[in-house]
Amino acid sequence: MTLQLVLLIAAALFAIGLYGALSQQVLVMVMMGIEVMINGVLLAGGALWFFLAPTPDGQTLLVVILAAMTVEMAMGFAVATVIHRSRNSDMTDAATELHG
Amino acid sequence: MSVVLFWFFSIVAVASAAAVFIVNSMARASYALALSFIAVGAIIVQLELDYIGVITILMMVMEMAIMAVFMVMYMGMNPALMPMDMRHNKHRSAIIAVFVFVLLAAGALLIPWPERMGVPAANVTASLGESLMGSKMLVMLVISPVLFATIIASLVLANPRGRYDRRGDNLDRRGADGRSEPEDPIRGGLGR
Amino acid sequence: MDSVNGAVWVLVLPFALAAVALLAAAANAALDGRTRGVSTTSGWVAPLQESARLLRQQRRTLPGADSLLWRIGGAGLVVAAVLKVLVVPFGGFTFADLSVGLVWFNAMDVLLWALWWLLGWGANSAWSLVGGYRFLAQALSYELPLMFALTAPAIGAGSLRLLDIQDAQSGLWFVVWMPVAFLVFAASVVAFSSWGPFQTATGRDAAGGVIGELSGVDRLVVLAGRYMILVAGAAFSVPLFFGGGSGPWLPAGVWVVIKTLAVVALLLTVRRLFPTLRPERLAEVALVLIMPLVLVQVAVAAVIVVVNGGAL
Repeated sequence: MTLQLVLLIAAALFAIGLYGALSQQVLVMVMMGIEVMINGVLLAGGALWFFLAPTPDGQTLLVVILAAMTVEMAMGFAVATVIHRSRNSDMTDAATELHG
Repeated sequence: MSVVLFWFFSIVAVASAAAVFIVNSMARASYALALSFIAVGAIIVQLELDYIGVITILMMVMEMAIMAVFMVMYMGMNPALMPMDMRHNKHRSAIIAVFVFVLLAAGALLIPWPERMGVPAANVTASLGESLMGSKMLVMLVISPVLFATIIASLVLANPRGRYDRRGDNLDRRGADGRSEPEDPIRGGLGR
Repeated sequence: MDSVNGAVWVLVLPFALAAVALLAAAANAALDGRTRGVSTTSGWVAPLQESARLLRQQRRTLPGADSLLWRIGGAGLVVAAVLKVLVVPFGGFTFADLSVGLVWFNAMDVLLWALWWLLGWGANSAWSLVGGYRFLAQALSYELPLMFALTAPAIGAGSLRLLDIQDAQSGLWFVVWMPVAFLVFAASVVAFSSWGPFQTATGRDAAGGVIGELSGVDRLVVLAGRYMILVAGAAFSVPLFFGGGSGPWLPAGVWVVIKTLAVVALLLTVRRLFPTLRPERLAEVALVLIMPLVLVQVAVAAVIVVVNGGAL
C-alpha cells in the first residue's frame, strides 16, 4: 500500500464518477455520479493525510468533504423533488429554466 | 494481510462504482454505490482514520437507503421489468472520463511527493475532536451554518404544503371543528 | 479468556447469539400463549416447532424477484447482529477492541435500514415494499434520537471505546444518571429489530410486510435474525448503561450474559404495555418530543462530567 497506489484507486473512482455524472440523464443518477467522484476525493484525502502529513489538523479536511457530500445529497433530493413536482419528470434535459 | 485486504477493498470499491452505471436496476445501482462507499470506508480505516472511515460507512449506507427510495419514486416505472438505457453523450463522456483519469494518474505517479511529516497522534479520533474544537474551530463554524442552511433550503424547496397553504394567505385559517390548527391530511402523533 | 482463545470464541459467538435469540423468542411465545390461554409449555416450544416446519417448507419465489438483494437482506440481519456483538466487552475480553466501538455499533444499525428495505424490495411484492418503506420512515424517526442517546455514555466516559465506557461506570452505572438515554436506546433497539410496538414494517395490516413473501429457510433466517438483533442491542446496552461485567462472585463474562438476559426480559415484558405505533405518528413524537429530551439528557451529562471532572 503506497501513496501512488491509493491515489490511482481514487483517480479511478473519480473518473468513473465523472463519466456517470456526465452521461446520465436522470437527475438522481447524476447525483450518484457526483457521489462517486466525492468518494474518490475522500479516499485521496485520506491517503494524502496518512502518507504525507498525519497531523490532527489534516483530518478536518475529510470532515469538510463529508459535509460537502451531505449538502450535495440534501440539495439534490430537494431539487429533484421540485423538478418532479413541476414537470413530472426527473430528466436533466427538462431543467431548462436558466437556459438563455 | 493488510496488503491483501487493501487490494480486496480497492477492487470492490472500483468494481461496484462501475457497476452503479452498468446495472439496470435502481435498487442494485444504489446499493452498488453503498458497497463502494463501504469499501472506501474500510480502506480509510486501514489508513488509521478509524472514526472517519466508520462514519463514512454509516453516513453513506444511510444515504443510499434514502437514495434508493428517491430513485424508485421518481423513475415512475420498474426498470427491473423494463430495462432501459439512461445515458446520453456516452462517447464524449467516456472520452472525458478517460482523459481525466490519465491526467490524475500521471499526477499521482509523476509528482515527487514529499517525505512524510510527523506520525499520527496516539488517539486519532480525540485529536480530530480537539482540532475541530480548538485550532480549527473555523471549520466547524463554517460547516454548521452551511448544514443548517441546507436543511432550511431543502425544506423550502421540497415542502409541498407550507404554512400559507395550511393556514391561508393571512395565516388565520383554522380547522373545521374550530381547532387551533388546520386539518392536515396526515396528523402528527402529538395530536396538535 | 485471553485473545488467543478469541479466534475460537468468534466461531462460538454466532451460535451463542442464536441460542439466546431462540430463548428470547421462546419466552415471547410463552408470554403470548399465556395471554391467549394456551399452556405455557406449548408456548415455549412454539419457536422450535416453527423452525422445524420452516426447514421442511419449500422456498417460494415470486416472478421478477431480485433474489440476490433479497437473500442479502435476509442473511445480512444475522451478520449485522453478530457484527454488533463483536465490539461488546465481556469483562476485559472483547472480540474486536475498536477505538470507535460506539460508532461501529451505530454504523451497524444504519446497515439495518438497508437490509430491511432490501428485504422488502427483493420480494417484488407490493406489500413487502410497503413494509420496507414503513421501516425507512420509522428509521428516520428513531435514528436521530438514538444517535444522541449513544453520545451520552460516550460523554460520560470521554471515550468511544467500549472498554473505557464500561470502566467509567465503576462508581455508578450510567443508567442512573442517563435514564432518558437508556430509554431511547431501548426503544430504538426494539425499533431497529422491527419488533413489538415498532413492527409496522412486518405488520399484519400489510399482509406481513417485509416478511410476507418469505418462506422456508429464508423466513427462518429473517425471523431468527430479528431476535438476534434484539438480543445484540440488549447486549450492547450492558457496557453502555449497566456497568459491563461488574458484579460480585461470578466472572465478568457471565455477568454480561445475565444482564443481557435481564434487559431482554425487560423488553419482552414492557412490549405488552404499548400498542403498535404507526411511523407517520412516530415522526412527530420522536422529533418534537423525544429529541429535545435527549438533548437535555446529553447536556446534563456533559455538565455533570465537567463539574465532577469525570464520570460520577
